[in-house]
Amino acid sequence: MTTPLDGNVLAGALANLLVPDPTNLQARCTNCGQVAPIAEAVVYPDAPGLVARCRTCDHVLAAIVDDKDKTYLSLSGLSAIALPK
Amino acid sequence: MRLVLDVPTWPGNEAGTHVDVRLTAPDGYQATRSYSVATSDRGRVVLGIEELPDGEVSPFLVREVRAGDKLEIHGPLGSYFLWRPGQSNRPVQLIAGGSGVVPLHAMAAAHAAASDSTLFRLVYSVRTPAHVYFRDELAALAGPSFTVDYVYTRQAPPGWGGTVGRLTRDSLASTTIAPHERPRIFVCGSTRFAETVAAWLLDLGHSARDILTERYGGK
Repeated sequence: MTTPLDGNVLAGALANLLVPDPTNLQARCTNCGQVAPIAEAVVYPDAPGLVARCRTCDHVLAAIVDDKDKTYLSLSGLSAIALPK
Repeated sequence: MRLVLDVPTWPGNEAGTHVDVRLTAPDGYQATRSYSVATSDRGRVVLGIEELPDGEVSPFLVREVRAGDKLEIHGPLGSYFLWRPGQSNRPVQLIAGGSGVVPLHAMAAAHAAASDSTLFRLVYSVRTPAHVYFRDELAALAGPSFTVDYVYTRQAPPGWGGTVGRLTRDSLASTTIAPHERPRIFVCGSTRFAETVAAWLLDLGHSARDILTERYGGK
């Protein structure tokens, strides 16, 4: 299996979908409640697509999968993201 | 390996950012990987690239790319693993494993360019002297507010007074800024290196919120 990376690697994919790139934002895991920067997630880059898991409990936080004419973004494991005003 | 790209529309970048490089095969298969920006100047962007043996992108960039080839890049990217001048007057500890030095070199260069007097220290773990990236640049940056401590894991240069071998918790403790000085710490290296070092830093008494990590996979 490919060595997992971290959430820093999500910046490119997320910058296409969300403005500004949110990898420095604090987000909460729906499973364990841990709050951490998205950049600190464990990211599997070829899962297929990008799959981000919680560094504390390994729950799937988010997935980004590219298809031919669409990108699928799942944030099912994030119960909150702290956005700057 | 150093890859120099001409990007006329490059907007400039903060220290620590990366770009995504996307390759497309003739059959349409695409692979994207992230590489840290070492320096950029007026549309010329320098990346430092380590060839990962099982990589899909780095072997092509290291072995196949020729002057004049066009590459698809996306960046500058990243809002987390960044150093900005004037952001804080706390000292900064940089810890690099192998090609993980690339974004940390960018931070040290930005620190010097801004004439920022915040104390910077770099611990740089590398296999042999031949594997050192940016040796001359790092030597030129060294001074009262920036020092480099090398850790040679396999072979040291002639006349090296220190030991040869992997970084340990004790050697990390003796070469890095003490926890009571509350340094902001940037760790970049292979996944295993970054996780080992981050765990030691917590053991030594640094706070998790002061430790920023970036992992590039690899061994």
